[in-house]
Parts: sequence; C-alpha cells; structure tokens
Amino acid sequence: MKKSLSMLLAGLMLVGALAGCGGDTASTDSGDSSASGTAFKIGGTAPLTGDAAIYGNAVARGAQIAADEINAQGGIQIELKFEDDENNTEKAVNAYNNLKDWGMQLSLGSVTSKPCEAISTDINTDRIFALTPSASSVATTEGKDNVFQMCFADPNQGTASADYISEQKLGTKIAIIWKNDDVYSTGIHDKFVAEAKAKGLEIVSETTFTDASATDFSVQLNDAKSKGADLIFLPMYYTPASLILTQANSMGYAPKFFGVDGMDGILTVENFDTSLAEGVMLLTPFNADATDDKTVAFVEKYKEAYSEVPNQFAADAYDCIYAYAQALEAAGATPDMSNEELCDAMIEQFTSMTFNGLTGENMTWDSTGAVSKSPKGMVIENGAYVGM
Amino acid sequence: MSFLNHLISGISLGSIYAIIALGYTMVYGIAKMLNFAHGDVIMVGGYMCFCATTYLGWPPIAGVLLAVVVCTVLGVVIERLAYKPLRMAPSLAVLITAIGVSYFLQNAALLIWGSSTKSFTSVVGGDPIQLFGGQLTITRVTIVTIVACVIIMVALTLFTTKSKMGTAMRAVSEDKGAAQLMGINVNTTISLTFAIGSGLAAIAGVLLCSAYPTLLPTTGSMPGIKAFTAAVFGGIGSIPGALLGGILLGVIEIFAKAYISTQLSDAIVFAVLIIVLLVKPDGLLGKHVSEKV
Repeated sequence: MKKSLSMLLAGLMLVGALAGCGGDTASTDSGDSSASGTAFKIGGTAPLTGDAAIYGNAVARGAQIAADEINAQGGIQIELKFEDDENNTEKAVNAYNNLKDWGMQLSLGSVTSKPCEAISTDINTDRIFALTPSASSVATTEGKDNVFQMCFADPNQGTASADYISEQKLGTKIAIIWKNDDVYSTGIHDKFVAEAKAKGLEIVSETTFTDASATDFSVQLNDAKSKGADLIFLPMYYTPASLILTQANSMGYAPKFFGVDGMDGILTVENFDTSLAEGVMLLTPFNADATDDKTVAFVEKYKEAYSEVPNQFAADAYDCIYAYAQALEAAGATPDMSNEELCDAMIEQFTSMTFNGLTGENMTWDSTGAVSKSPKGMVIENGAYVGM
Repeated sequence: MSFLNHLISGISLGSIYAIIALGYTMVYGIAKMLNFAHGDVIMVGGYMCFCATTYLGWPPIAGVLLAVVVCTVLGVVIERLAYKPLRMAPSLAVLITAIGVSYFLQNAALLIWGSSTKSFTSVVGGDPIQLFGGQLTITRVTIVTIVACVIIMVALTLFTTKSKMGTAMRAVSEDKGAAQLMGINVNTTISLTFAIGSGLAAIAGVLLCSAYPTLLPTTGSMPGIKAFTAAVFGGIGSIPGALLGGILLGVIEIFAKAYISTQLSDAIVFAVLIIVLLVKPDGLLGKHVSEKV
C-alpha cells in the first residue's frame, strides 16, 4: 500500500503541475506586411488557443478591424501582429520576445492578467510603451510607468459596483460569492466590501469557492437564502456564474444577481437557458446593443467578418488601436523613431489626452496607467443586454 | 432543516464521486494501475450525451446509451493501445502513460468541441420535490443519482462474486500468473474491467453534468481527482469502500463548507483523508496485503 500511496502523491503532484498546460501551439500573423518600414509595428500576446481563446481571438479581431479602418484613411499606418500565449506566463514571455525580434515598436501587452504581469517587467526595462486592452489586475501596471490599461483595473470594478448598487438602491441585504484562489475575483471582492461598508450596504453572507470546488454551490446559495439576501454579487467569470444561476433556480431562490465584466459572455454559453439569466445585472464598459453610430458600425463589421457578436474584449482592443492612432497623431510621431522616443511621447500623450471610444466617453489615464471611465449598468432582458 | 438540505447535497455529490471511484477502484483492483485518464473519460461521456440530445435531438435515454457505448469502446481502445504494451513495464511508466492519455483526451476534446463552455440540459426533467412547505428541496437529479449509485454498487458486487467473469476478475486481481495457469484469459479480463469502468464513467459523466450543468474539456479532471481520493479513502480495490469513501467525501465536503468555512473546505477534506490514512493505511475498507519481497 505504501507504494501506491507514494504513487498517489506523485500522481497528484504531476496532475497539479501539468494542470496549467494544455492547448496546442499556433501563432497567427494578422499583420499587413506590405506596409513594412512606413507603418508602426504594434504587437500583442493573446491566448489564441486554449481555454481563454474566446478572449484572445476577440481582441485580435477587434484590433484588426480598427487597424484596417485606420490604414484605409491613409494617414497613420499600422502593422499588427499577435503571438499566441495560451494564457500561460512562460509562453507569454516567449511570445513577447518573438514580437521584439519582429521589430515591435508599441505593445498591446497581453489579453489576460497573469501573462501580462509576466511580460510587463520586460516591457518596462525594454522601454516599449504598452496599452493592454483587457489585463485588469493592479500588478500589471503597478510600478511600471509605461504600461497602461484600456479596461478598468479590478479593484475599481468593485468600488463602482458597490456605488452603483447603493445609488440605484438595488438591494439592502447583500450576499457575495467569490473565487478566493483568483486574483481577479479577490481584488474586486475586497474593494467591494470596503466601499459597501462606506456606503452603508449590509453584507449578510460572504462565501467562497475555488477551482477545485467550482461545481456545487448549494451551500453558498443556502447560506445567502437563509440570511435573507435580496441581492447576490458575483465577481467572477461567466462559467461558474451560469452554474450558480442554474442551482439557485432549482432551489427556487430568486434574488437579484449583480455581476462584473467577467459575466459578459454568459449569453453565449452554448445551450444555456438564457431565461435563467433574465434580470441579471452587470457593470460592463461595452454594450453591443447600443444604438450610437460608432457601436452599430463596429458590431456590423465584426458580425460580417466573424459571424458573431463582439464582446467587450473586442471593443477594448478596437479602442486601444484608435487611442494609439490619436496619441501618435497628436505627438507627431513617425515610424522611424526609436522605441524609447516613442515610449516617452506616448507616456506624455496618454497622461494628458482625452479619448472617446466604444467603451466610454472622455476617458483619461493617470500616471499609474489606470483608466478612468464610467461603467455602464446593463441588465439582461429577453436574452439581450439592455442599458439600465 | 438546513442540516437536511446540506446532508442531501452531500449525499448527491458523494454518490457521483462514488460512481467515478468505482471505476478507479475496479481498474486498480484488477490491473493494479491508476488510470488517471478516468476523469477524462467522464468528460467524453458528458460531451457524447450533450451532442446526442442537443445536436441530434435524441431523447435523453438514447443520449445516455450512446455515451455508455462510446465510453466503453474508448476505454477498451485506450487499454489496448496505451496500457497493454506496458503490462510488463514498471508501474511508474504506466502511471505516466495514463497522465499522457488524460492530456490527450482533454486536448482532443478542445479541438473537437472548442474551449467555450457548453450548458448541459439535465437528462432528468421535472420540477424539484418540495417537502415541509418548501423548506426542503430535493431535485430529481439528486434522487436519480443516489438510486443509480446504489443499483450500480449492488450489481457490481453481485457480478464480481457470483458470475464466472467476476470470479475470473478476482482471480486475476489476486495473482495474474496463477490465474493464467488456471486457464483464465488475463487480457480479456482486464479489457472487460476497462469496459465496465469506462461505461460507469459515462454514467457518472451524464449525472455529473446533469447536476452541475457546465461542460468544458476539463470538466472531468477535478471530480476525477476527488473521486480518486474517495477510492483511496474507502480502500482502493474494494467496491463497498468506493461507495463509502465517495459518499463520506461528498458529505464532509459539503458540511465543512456549510458549518466551518467555505475557504477551508478542501483543506478539511484532505486533512480527514490524511488522518484516515495515518490510522488505517489501507483505507476504511481496504484489505492489507503484505508486499512480497
């Protein structure tokens, strides 16, 4: 038995050690190589395959649409290239080095937080300016003067959510279910709790889950139910959230559910009974159903090219390219400038300019690299996101 | 009343662990190997049933049958291609091969079905049963899961003790060489074990996805590891041990979450496992077999 025990341990460790791997390697070159020499080379690493591929592909596609539009206008020319990082930190560093060999002048960082944290130290020492569309953790930008974000930093979502709930008087007794082995979820939870206290919201139930226990939520939901929570805050991605909605429904428990940008995508889960998500609220910077001209044009182009509705990752990436274009134009930058010159010019532009994009009006950046824009409250009605 | 609610959740979760653990325990008991790909066979079962009911519009029962047939064949094929050539190799080589098969299956599923989450429609329809004026809610999946678990346990026990093939299995488990000398076809017996184990995995997959309806290429890995723990807990190689270990693990997990801390629940589950193994190194119902030198 001793032998099999040690084999058990060896096996468990191996499974654990390998759990981060998976997916197959591929890289796509979505650039327009004919423009070499006269175009700005913008590169980014993204999970184009693997379990976060839904985000990586959205970013690559959104950015490509923006680059094509800008190139067609004839002014600033942009050459884009994405390297696959499979949402893996080591692969992200390799992908970043490949992009440097290619001659990247401006970076889009990485799509997901952990890979972006991994490459942002190199970005800082290499003096290549980076604007990440969607890596939202604080560590991405902390202590790096040349790494900026297009999306909200995690904690800001927590603060904004608590403010929104208290202003709109959405609930009095609040339950939170969060994923305590995940920096995204924990970051939002901590800020939410702090802000909720300041605003006088009563938090009656706080329960957690991890990767290993992300199947059964009966205990968490029973706890919230027995303490009379009328609103459950879900700072998490949509996969566990869809389970929570299903299980709450089977328990006959129907509080209000409030999510953050990770909830975006719940309606695209194949075969998901969208009636369960009816009335779910979330704060997100982008709404594909919005009727302003910019959004309508973008959504149409995206649908035509990729036959699906763009999510906020695509919109963030689209905005990144346009923000670059605006900053490059304002700085009078040319593609023959060195990376360091470009970097300094971009830092100066981004900390002083105001940008209007798909994901918000009057966006500004502070010197830490965090963006300031107001999130939109959305509610799911008849299987679609509707502004609140 | 919340105690009863938690108890039922725990037994339901535990029953799924138990069905998965039965697959681990049978293969270990007879082939003396840890089939780490078992969790991924569960995932394949889930996807098969999903495809049959969602894409082809088959009735749920046909979906379950398809899942069982595909997984049974898959189990036998895996055994033939990946494990049989290693029958004489050191057990570590087989273990690594099993992990390799596990990753192969996950990535194959990623290629075929993509990385995005699919929502599984429960094969057991109907409204939950409300007792005591709505204070106690039992979903129909829970009842089916528990009943299925008990039936499978009884059927397997009868099969291994009463039938000729079952006797052959026990003989192979005790001494491969001697069994062969007695005229038992060891290879067929091991294949049959894999077939039964994988068929059970398909049922577990369908029940798992019905109770917790998300389907991803990694769906099977965590329940697989938990069920493996349950098998060791109950005494690996022992069929009643797998049932006991599975249900205890499920109940401890839910109670730890409910009454101690949601943050510590997994730590508590594994702490209990460590204590049990310190006191009874062969698991709760395991047989002690001294190693031959």
